Amino acid sequence: MDFINSLWELVLWIWSFQVVQILVHIVMIVLPLMLCVAYFTYAERKLIGYMQMRVGPNRVGPKGWLQPIADAVKLMFKEIILPTQANKLLFLIAPMLTLGPALAAWAVFPFSPGLVLADINAGLLYILALASVGVYGVLIAGWASNSKYAFLGAMRSAAQIISYEIAMGFALVGVLVAAGSLNLGKIVEAQSGSAGFLDWFWLPLAPLFLIYFISGVAETNRAPFDVAEGESEIVAGFHVEYSGMPFAVFFLGEYANMILISALTVIMFLGGWLSPFQGLPLLGPMFDWVPGFIWLFAKTAFVGFFFLWLRATFPRYRYDQIMRLGWKVFIPITIVWILVVGFAVVYELPWWFD
Amino acid sequence: MLGNYLPVLIFLAVGITVGAVMIALGFVLGTRRPDSEKLSPYECGFEAFEDARMKFDVRYYLVAILFIIFDLEIAFLFPWAVVLDKIGMVGLLAMVVFLGVLVVGFIYEWKKGALEWE
Repeated sequence: MDFINSLWELVLWIWSFQVVQILVHIVMIVLPLMLCVAYFTYAERKLIGYMQMRVGPNRVGPKGWLQPIADAVKLMFKEIILPTQANKLLFLIAPMLTLGPALAAWAVFPFSPGLVLADINAGLLYILALASVGVYGVLIAGWASNSKYAFLGAMRSAAQIISYEIAMGFALVGVLVAAGSLNLGKIVEAQSGSAGFLDWFWLPLAPLFLIYFISGVAETNRAPFDVAEGESEIVAGFHVEYSGMPFAVFFLGEYANMILISALTVIMFLGGWLSPFQGLPLLGPMFDWVPGFIWLFAKTAFVGFFFLWLRATFPRYRYDQIMRLGWKVFIPITIVWILVVGFAVVYELPWWFD
Repeated sequence: MLGNYLPVLIFLAVGITVGAVMIALGFVLGTRRPDSEKLSPYECGFEAFEDARMKFDVRYYLVAILFIIFDLEIAFLFPWAVVLDKIGMVGLLAMVVFLGVLVVGFIYEWKKGALEWE
């Protein structure tokens, strides 16, 4: 009996060790991610500032570098308002439901060859599932607030998010057909070849690439698809009643989602950690020393830049235009392109699909 | 094999916990001086006229129904897409038929005006 007990304790001990190890790894992902989110907001304000001939935030710290920290501290000390008619529990759960999936999606994300927390076969399915959870945060927030603006904003936003999720899902199917695997690491490996960046999926899947990115912008409720916020008509949409930290959590979730969409675009269409000069005669060996992680980060920053650029450039879409773009333009194009890619894979036409 | 999914489960828990801890931090650090005006729902300075959970446009409902159909379709396409290079032409033609049926429905809803928002 004693022996079995000690054996059981040993199992528990090993298991707890494993859990601690996983937790350490998670912290190693989440902390840099949070830092990225903080400085993404700073980059946004600076970039849009310069695009509008201003300098942006420049008071807190040298050249405003401490601005995100100051914002975080300010939001922490703000009063949290719980409206009397609101459903208090749901009101507080909603922001967590926005942030949670945006963070948890990184569990299956490959940062370098083999460097992934959970190397599961259903990686892309998991990502799709988590992307669908995000809409609950919006809907619950709008309903729990018990305010008309919040309710209207949530309805608009939810309808928009689920519409673009279809286009997004079809784009993912196109990537799957081309890569032949749900594992994100294998998807990246399927894009390696001897022609550098011409081997990546953005070229054969160009329509899906554009549709995935634009749907991503719509999914995260960013300009020019930000009718959910529409500050000139429904003040702030679903989070009008939020203040202080619950608002900050919504905000973090939105920006974490933007970084996630950028990173996924890079994984699926822009070759993930692969060097853009891989296999090219002269440039290839010249850049061999750059670790894959650097390429991944640089590409993600590049795609993230487009989010900010779009916001500074385009006026807001009208709601019926948004729905028309999602349903009548993107969905037909993606269906046609899935079939095109399907035929290309079955007939092994170009060199991308071997 | 299932052990690979343990980090996913823990990460989900951590993701929710991060949000919960931050909100808890806000409650601890923030000031709390509520009054009845501050806690009333925002409606441009008016008293709230009626319950905010009002009737809404049926088109939102329609979009949700259409979403379920198309999302299921995507769920069907996922396993098919992974093994397409093994099942070859037969698998592709089967999916063409399946997509064809759905496209007919899609055209019908389009012509019926279910996608109009003007």
